[in-house]
Amino acid sequence: MAETILKTENLTKRFGGLVAVDKVNLELVKGEVHAILGPNGAGKSTLVNLLSGDMTSTEGTITFEGKDLTGLPPYVISHYGLGRSFQKTNIFPKLSCFENVWLAAQSRQKTSMRFFRPARRMKEVEQLTLSSLEKCGLLAQKDVIASSMSYGEQRQLEIGMMLATQPRLLLMDEPMAGMGKEESEMLVQLIKDLAKDYTLLLIEHDMDAVFAVANRLTVMVNGRVLETGTPDQIRSSQQVQEAYLGSEGGF
Amino acid sequence: MYNTPRSISLFLGILFVLMLCYPLYGDLIFGSKSSFYMQKLTSIIILAILAMSLDLLVGVSGLVSMGHALFFGLAGYVLALISPEYDAANIWIVLPAVLASCAVLGLIVAFLTIKTSGIYFIMVTLAFGQMAYYFFNDSDFAGGSDGLYIMMKPAVMLGDLQLLNLEDKHTLFYVCLACMALVYLILRMLLRSPFGQVLVGIHANEHRVKAIGYNTTRYKIVSFVIAATLAGLAGFLAATQYGFVNPSQLGWHTSGYALMMVIMGGAGTIFGPALGAFVFEILHSFFESFTDHWLMLMGTVMICVVLFLPNGIGGALLKLVERFEKKNKHIQTGDNDNG
Ligand SMILES: Nc1ncnc2c1ncn2[C@@H]1O[C@H](COP(=O)(O)OP(=O)(O)O)[C@@H](O)[C@H]1O
Ligand SMILES: [Mg+2]
Repeated sequence: MAETILKTENLTKRFGGLVAVDKVNLELVKGEVHAILGPNGAGKSTLVNLLSGDMTSTEGTITFEGKDLTGLPPYVISHYGLGRSFQKTNIFPKLSCFENVWLAAQSRQKTSMRFFRPARRMKEVEQLTLSSLEKCGLLAQKDVIASSMSYGEQRQLEIGMMLATQPRLLLMDEPMAGMGKEESEMLVQLIKDLAKDYTLLLIEHDMDAVFAVANRLTVMVNGRVLETGTPDQIRSSQQVQEAYLGSEGGF
Repeated sequence: MYNTPRSISLFLGILFVLMLCYPLYGDLIFGSKSSFYMQKLTSIIILAILAMSLDLLVGVSGLVSMGHALFFGLAGYVLALISPEYDAANIWIVLPAVLASCAVLGLIVAFLTIKTSGIYFIMVTLAFGQMAYYFFNDSDFAGGSDGLYIMMKPAVMLGDLQLLNLEDKHTLFYVCLACMALVYLILRMLLRSPFGQVLVGIHANEHRVKAIGYNTTRYKIVSFVIAATLAGLAGFLAATQYGFVNPSQLGWHTSGYALMMVIMGGAGTIFGPALGAFVFEILHSFFESFTDHWLMLMGTVMICVVLFLPNGIGGALLKLVERFEKKNKHIQTGDNDNG
């Protein structure tokens, strides 16, 4: 039987009168890639922000591996095993690639309230940093200052930082946004590799990419879940065709 | 990250030795004014400690405090209030008491201010500083606007043996110099520690630091408490040197001067703000020697620094060293190509 890793019940977020996320019931199966599709403003990023603790829900609950996450701050949620990457690149621009990932890796120590020993002597953190850099494909550029890397590499770095926090579920908000064709292809490959080891919640606009990697799709419109199903089910769904895919010209 | 290049450490070392040897050559150069200059130097060294402690907040953690003098002045008041009136206090009791009071007040102020950011943090810290100013200014027990005197400097005893005599100007000078070196080393150690790495991250992008699993508020509070305690050490030394404390030492002017030293010296470099304190105070004395409007001239200097040395003296030195090292590398690789 498929094991549920994350579950939301009636998850709702209101901004004043606007209901950005409207009674969303979502179930992520362990080991799967679950993609969320939907037009701009559908509430996809807001949903990720609720799951990661960057925003608190107006109503509803979030359960991760049987534990209630509702209302917890991001730094606690990170330690429960949820990692996220951001739609807008969110890194430490003046630090090197290595230093960016280091800080994420260091967060897995019992505490960083340690004042005496030089941080760089922590071998465990160094190993985690290097292995995360390798996974995201930036090992060769580890000493490059983040702000001087290409946009695509910065997106990779974003993923490397997320991996260094040793998550079991990855929340990835439009990891390919703004990338060129070649960079996107590379990233699709990276996501396929990640799918072998992690459960993924993937938000993505690029249809080809989504259908290439996702096991399950959820279509959101106006904050609501329109339909959830396998790629084939979604492709052939009349409702989805009308409401969303049709307007984008289908596949 | 944040390792001081060798050449800068060497430069700082030379300056330190020059100061250390001042008593040897002071008389030769300055004659009868030598003793006056040594006292002046002592007071600048104390301000350098204050500026470095503020740099932990401003330059490292990105918390621009306009009330840092609160802890500098508080230390003096606590020392004056707990010292016996006509007797020397025991430094092993009063120093820990002073530092602990600054740490506790630092914790309280941090709790109440740390959730604010940007301009709000500046305003709230300023408000706390001014509250303390008026509290001491209007309190009879603290001597009102005249402040309090410390008749006898704290005694440094080990049993019946006097280790150091702080009444002696040379001794006090050396004690302050040692404290400055100690504070510098403590801050460097902090910056390299796991804790310091988190602070650097918070300064760069606090949101991201939270997302990767750090309770940033706690780290900011601890950095505030450490900075307050180190400012307390500076305040303790200042009150010991002057023999009095008054409200102006914790007012916003003092906080502002400390902030100017940090900016002039280069926020975030630790050694920079210490240099900034020296440059600021030397300019201060120089300008004051020919005009009462020294602040106007100082303002002009500040504007020039901000325009032409945006990372302060420390930043400029770091850049210079970096450029020099790059050039050297080019020359070396050039040789290799030829050979
Ligand atoms: N912080 C916010 N304050 C107010 N409205 C917001 C905020 N964040 C998002 N919204 C609104 O919520 C809706 C959903 O936004 P978002 O989740 O970013 O959509 P998507 O990621 O699917 O494009 C939009 O109408 C957006 O304007
Ligand atoms: Mg979005």
